[in-house]
Amino acid sequence: MDRTLAGTHPALHPETLRILESGIGDLIQPPDVEGFREWNRAKDKRLVDKRMTEAEAVRRFVKPGNYLGTELYGTVRCPMSVVHEIIRQGIGDLRVAGQGVLELDMLLGASLVKALDITYIGLEVYGLSNCLRREVESGRVERCVEWSNAGIAWRFKAAAMGVPFIPVRSMLGSDTLKYSAAKVIECPFTGMPIALLPALILDVGIIHVHRADACGNAQIDGISGFAFEMARASKRLIVSAEEIVDTEVIRRRPDRTTIPYYLVDAVVEAPFGAHPGEMCYRYARDEEQIRRWVEASKEPATTADFLKKHVFDVPDHQAYLALFGEEHLQKLREPAGRAG
Amino acid sequence: MNQQPYNSSELLICTASRLMEDGTTAFIGTGIPMLAAALAQRLHAPNLVPIFEFGGTGAILETLPLAVGGGCTFNRAVAASGIRDIVETAQRGFVEYGFLGGAQIDAYGNLNTTVIGEHDHPKVRLPGSGGGNDVGSHAWRTIAIMPHDRRRFVDRVDFITTPGYLTGPGARERAGLPRGTGPYRVVTTLAVLGFEPVGKRMQLLATQPGVSADDVAENTSFELLLADRVEQHPAPTAEELRILREEVDAEHLYI
Repeated sequence: MDRTLAGTHPALHPETLRILESGIGDLIQPPDVEGFREWNRAKDKRLVDKRMTEAEAVRRFVKPGNYLGTELYGTVRCPMSVVHEIIRQGIGDLRVAGQGVLELDMLLGASLVKALDITYIGLEVYGLSNCLRREVESGRVERCVEWSNAGIAWRFKAAAMGVPFIPVRSMLGSDTLKYSAAKVIECPFTGMPIALLPALILDVGIIHVHRADACGNAQIDGISGFAFEMARASKRLIVSAEEIVDTEVIRRRPDRTTIPYYLVDAVVEAPFGAHPGEMCYRYARDEEQIRRWVEASKEPATTADFLKKHVFDVPDHQAYLALFGEEHLQKLREPAGRAG
Repeated sequence: MNQQPYNSSELLICTASRLMEDGTTAFIGTGIPMLAAALAQRLHAPNLVPIFEFGGTGAILETLPLAVGGGCTFNRAVAASGIRDIVETAQRGFVEYGFLGGAQIDAYGNLNTTVIGEHDHPKVRLPGSGGGNDVGSHAWRTIAIMPHDRRRFVDRVDFITTPGYLTGPGARERAGLPRGTGPYRVVTTLAVLGFEPVGKRMQLLATQPGVSADDVAENTSFELLLADRVEQHPAPTAEELRILREEVDAEHLYI
């Protein structure tokens, strides 16, 4: 490239950006930022009551083949009550972004996932995800496109910014990049190789929070993972909350709002909505139940038995909680429960 | 003084803990790095600043998290933010150490946590990068902690999830990774290893108690360089073991 042209008018001496490497992974969800703007323009901006059950939220907003995102960290704030309902309704052929522990493990265990933008799906302290292994090694998950954890969060950030990509220095030089859909270019300002990650716009985002009002203004206590970014990268957003509060509670402390109402399509009241995972300052994880799932997930038949008992044979989240009983749940509550 | 018996987890934890410097920032994952950090905070590094990728900065590690975003990762912390903020902080050069694990490592410190076999038709599908690639890209010095055997210490990893020195000297910089970063130590059940400064290949620095340099070489699939003088790494002390067993992991969740 002729550097002497760098200071002259670009229209007279156009320079071509050099693409140094292109990941060979599929771009499972192309970054249609113009379509996203139009979608967002059409969204209802009135402060209206959006409360509904898990069943109604999933029926209205989650369709077969949708691109889905769940927000969580490890077993913390996993939106389990909504994911149970997706499994109950058997909505399949899903494309999913994951970072996932309990909730994606179960979606995979129910064979509802067709394609993955994957960063981490596993059982943390309990090791590899049996369901991920079965679904990917058998080819039932047709595509696995690789990213780093921050890579996925940055892709949401790009969508939240309303731009088609974001430049980052993760993933360079690795097979993680080679099997992603990222590109490496020569930075036009420094000449260094830099990775461009495409914006990831979700058909449906699902986030479990500590409290929300009826309109969907939502607050999260403690660390916030990638909730801020993912909420803003979702065309449809289902928020489930431990507690529904009066809008005045939100208005008293607006600085605490992570997710403003206009992003939200459904508000689901779900106490213990992250069970058997944890919610900081509210309840600890239910180790016995997590171990039961880890054990059950090892074989297809026992996975099916587990899902029958905890999902298909209970009509809703209240009935699910009744399987455990108030006395058991009370033991998990802070400060008695071990705070993760 | 008679040496107390210890298991391989305790050995890895105590060895990693000694590498944690007071007054530095370190990316901590769950499991062994977390226990090592909690031990270091109680011994030589009270001002170690643990950084957890999902947002906890500067936690005081009083109880152990089972999840990387568990409440203990921001227990009495100085800040609770989110993953993007944390990794951007590392991308700006604020994070000195990063602790990593993996299913496979090669002579250049490249790590695999993605697949065994071909990517599109894997023999074993592993969890994927998680924060591993981010830590290995941005932390100034990364430390891998692993059990040591020939299946794990391989000539070529099946998949470079997290970049070590890639193909050798200068390769990280040519790929665009931050200058001056890369693998620093590998802590194993048999040894403490480093990287030869010029060629960037793994080299044996010290053997764990009762282990010979030959034992380490026999359990490594690639040709292992030896430091000019291979040290004997001292066994876990009675004090380290007591604090680890009575305070750090009193419920014996990990050890």
